[in-house]
Amino acid sequence: MSLWKDLNAGIVKENPVLRLMIGLCPTLAVSNNAINALGMSVAVAFVLICSNWVIAAIRKWTPDEIRIPIFIIVISTFVTISDYIMQAYYPDLYAALGVFVPLIVVNCIILGRAEAFAYRNPVLNSILDGVGMSLGFALALVSIGVIREIAGAGTVFGVQLFNTALAATIMILPPGAFITIGVLMAFLNKMENRVL
Amino acid sequence: MELFGIFFAALMINNILLIRFIALCSFFGVSTKIDTSVGMSFAVIFVMTISSAVSWVIFHGILAPFHLEFLRTATFILTIAALVQLEELYLKKMIPALYRAMGIYLPLITTNCAILAVAFLAIDYRFNFLQSMVYSVGVSGGYSLAIVLFAYIRERMALAPIPKWFQGYPIAFITAALMSLAFLGFTGMFGL
Repeated sequence: MSLWKDLNAGIVKENPVLRLMIGLCPTLAVSNNAINALGMSVAVAFVLICSNWVIAAIRKWTPDEIRIPIFIIVISTFVTISDYIMQAYYPDLYAALGVFVPLIVVNCIILGRAEAFAYRNPVLNSILDGVGMSLGFALALVSIGVIREIAGAGTVFGVQLFNTALAATIMILPPGAFITIGVLMAFLNKMENRVL
Repeated sequence: MELFGIFFAALMINNILLIRFIALCSFFGVSTKIDTSVGMSFAVIFVMTISSAVSWVIFHGILAPFHLEFLRTATFILTIAALVQLEELYLKKMIPALYRAMGIYLPLITTNCAILAVAFLAIDYRFNFLQSMVYSVGVSGGYSLAIVLFAYIRERMALAPIPKWFQGYPIAFITAALMSLAFLGFTGMFGL
């Protein structure tokens, strides 16, 4: 039961982007279309799950004083792996995501989960925590990506929905990212007030 | 002219906060008061200039000649973390006034992705040493400009009648959207 709770926490209740307000930079920068958003989510999920797994596995031999540098080394190893895999197999995606792939290393979600969860919990729970947090991140990122792509280009995952001339180009430009997330958060506030 | 182009593009056209979306955590986190945003700006200007110089030298002096480019992510983040500690010790001892002004923002800088991003971008753009210095000054100037302006707006906004659901972060995002729109207006200036 506790395993299910660890998996579930990240998806809605502690959603990293919309509730904890962390990991904002990649969320806003790569959400201009749904495919980029999905690619970024997969890269973050890979790094988060693998680093949670390794950090939980070595937690008993990690000296408390130098744990942060050790976390960073583990995380940057997986970031480098995903960086090179993406560069080799998905060059278009890599070009679109640009500097945000190496910047996964300073993504607050990953170091935050390493410190707050993986360092204190067994391997299986930590992997599930990583899966849950990645799903929560992906959910927020892809929904922002879909909203911006529909409103700004009239397409979803590259499929044309309506004439591009009717779309508001501002939504796929930088200001659109701020508008979308601001309105989305106000909407969540409203929903929460109704439920409680 | 070429250096001015790099500087102006970094400062305005590709403003690191409002157009490139890097270091947004600090943009929303420390912009509630003007004083804190000014302190953070000084810390960023100081650390970014030094760390981009050091990481340029490390990449072109050590990593590139030995074909160790794949170590770049790990090397840069450890270098920057160590460098911030050194700078903190140095300032505390040599320039205590400046140290007090920057206060708690220096250690926070380690997790500021703008510092790391500038180190990566200067390599990706294949800048030489002088260009990368000009670039980092431009980026940190753009950071300061955006965050201080944003703090002024947010201080005013604390008194404004805002709809209940938009209070707090949502209205801050909408404000950032309008500022971003204004900065978008610089696109194409001087043919950049």
